[in-house]
Amino acid sequence: MSSFDLLLQQFVNGLSLGAMYALLALGFTIVYGIMELINFSHFNVFMIGSFVAMGVLSLFGLSGQTVLLHGFPLVGVLVVTLAVTMIACGMLGVGIERLALRPLRGVQGPMAMITTIGVSYVLSNVVMLTMGANTKNFPNPIPSVALHIGTAQITVFQFIIWALSAVLMGGLYFFVQRSKLGKAMRATAQDPDAALMMGVDVNRVIMTAFFLGSALAGAAGFIFGLYYNFTNFGIGFTAGLRAFTAAVLGGIGNIPGAMIGGLLIGLIEAMAGQYIGAKWADVIIFSLLVLVLVCRPAGLLGRLAPTKS
Amino acid sequence: MAGGLPLMLEFRNVNTYYGDLHVLKNVNYNLGAGEIICLLGGNACGKSTTMKTIMGIVRPTSGEVIFEGERIDRLPTAERVKRGIAPVLEARRLFPRMTVFENLEMGAFTRKRGADFDQDLERVYSLFPRVKERRDQMAGTLSGGEQQMVAIGRALMARPKLICMDEPSMGLSPLFVEQTFDIIQQINRQGVTIFMVEQNAAMALSIAHRAYVLQTGQVVLEGPASEMRENEHVRDAYLGEMQVAAA
Repeated sequence: MSSFDLLLQQFVNGLSLGAMYALLALGFTIVYGIMELINFSHFNVFMIGSFVAMGVLSLFGLSGQTVLLHGFPLVGVLVVTLAVTMIACGMLGVGIERLALRPLRGVQGPMAMITTIGVSYVLSNVVMLTMGANTKNFPNPIPSVALHIGTAQITVFQFIIWALSAVLMGGLYFFVQRSKLGKAMRATAQDPDAALMMGVDVNRVIMTAFFLGSALAGAAGFIFGLYYNFTNFGIGFTAGLRAFTAAVLGGIGNIPGAMIGGLLIGLIEAMAGQYIGAKWADVIIFSLLVLVLVCRPAGLLGRLAPTKS
Repeated sequence: MAGGLPLMLEFRNVNTYYGDLHVLKNVNYNLGAGEIICLLGGNACGKSTTMKTIMGIVRPTSGEVIFEGERIDRLPTAERVKRGIAPVLEARRLFPRMTVFENLEMGAFTRKRGADFDQDLERVYSLFPRVKERRDQMAGTLSGGEQQMVAIGRALMARPKLICMDEPSMGLSPLFVEQTFDIIQQINRQGVTIFMVEQNAAMALSIAHRAYVLQTGQVVLEGPASEMRENEHVRDAYLGEMQVAAA
């Protein structure tokens, strides 16, 4: 492989990983934007997403061994699995908000954030105790057909990841920019009291934020399983922390920021893996985080102080 | 008390607490339909709490708030907006990273989007041609005076019967203050009742029909604005102060 092909290959891989991190980062950023809450239970909504997807795939007779699908059955299985996973995770997110966070509404300080850490542990332990602690094979029914550029290759699966992420992120952006509820979300993020006095139902806005963020985490969990061909109860922590870093890097609360941050983290991970050694990926990612925060404390696209005057 | 006009808004023996702090003490207001009423008082006398009580941001501990003959003090804010109460908030409080047009849309949030939305938009644009020019600009980039126009326009988009204004002149240049008060009178002539908290007592009393004076949470004085301007207590406490401040 020439050095250019190698670079191109890692760029392709990085964009794929980055798309997954971006989907996961969006959930952190949407909820933070509206409630100024860092939602650590998001880590394990993502993890549960991978288990839900695995369960749905097994209903289609896909488990463990490699069964490849083509054409319509492939598209059908992927779409159904994605839809079920996203809806299930969205509802899980709404449930977490309703049961664990709404009772704390209006309580000052870090209580709500600590609660999300508690919820996160409950989720991962429930999965460990019911599904077992061992790593599971995650089936990938997508044939490994690839487009070759020199010796670098872009697989169908990677195209699917990009297309899916583009559609989901585009959809989210369109929803937030254009729909009435999306505008209410932005208004609430910018000035919750004023939004309330326009007649916005703030609880409904928060519920929507949790649903959307968690549904995207479900999609990311599905992609994770397909990409790495495994899942276990512990995957939420590493991927979640990187995605959270992506959100902070881009400017937490800022939707395009989370997308860019996610892609950046994915690229860094791929490049670091190739040129420095995979073990150094986290060192580089988190060093970069520190560097960006020192130079631009609000993140790449963030604003320092909310303009509330 | 409201000059024989049908009542728009009443406070009946309203008491409001923040924890142990008794903020509104047995307060009664009667706002007639079509009036401009101003609420005068020093700092921390309960003016802003009055506005919050009307909008449902704080709930009274006892007493009743009545809008068009019906109790509203247990209703959620959205329902009050739907019934025709719109705020112009202290310091404008526009959504800074939304466009002027989107801010106006937020004003109409509780209403279904129909033909009357465009009518109301035209009404706002004709009152404030500047707002029309700036409609695609982020609200946070406007000058204070322009923001005030959008804030009033945003309230009008709710097609309100009553607009509650918290310090509409705050932070505005004298020229804009005068324009703002002209606009308030125009809106009032179109049939909207105005309830206004205002530090600039001289200006407020010059356009108001009636006024209430609040002191440490109690109504100590009420009457026609013309009488208030002559009242010694009001002159000493509010008008004198303003003239000194203006000089």
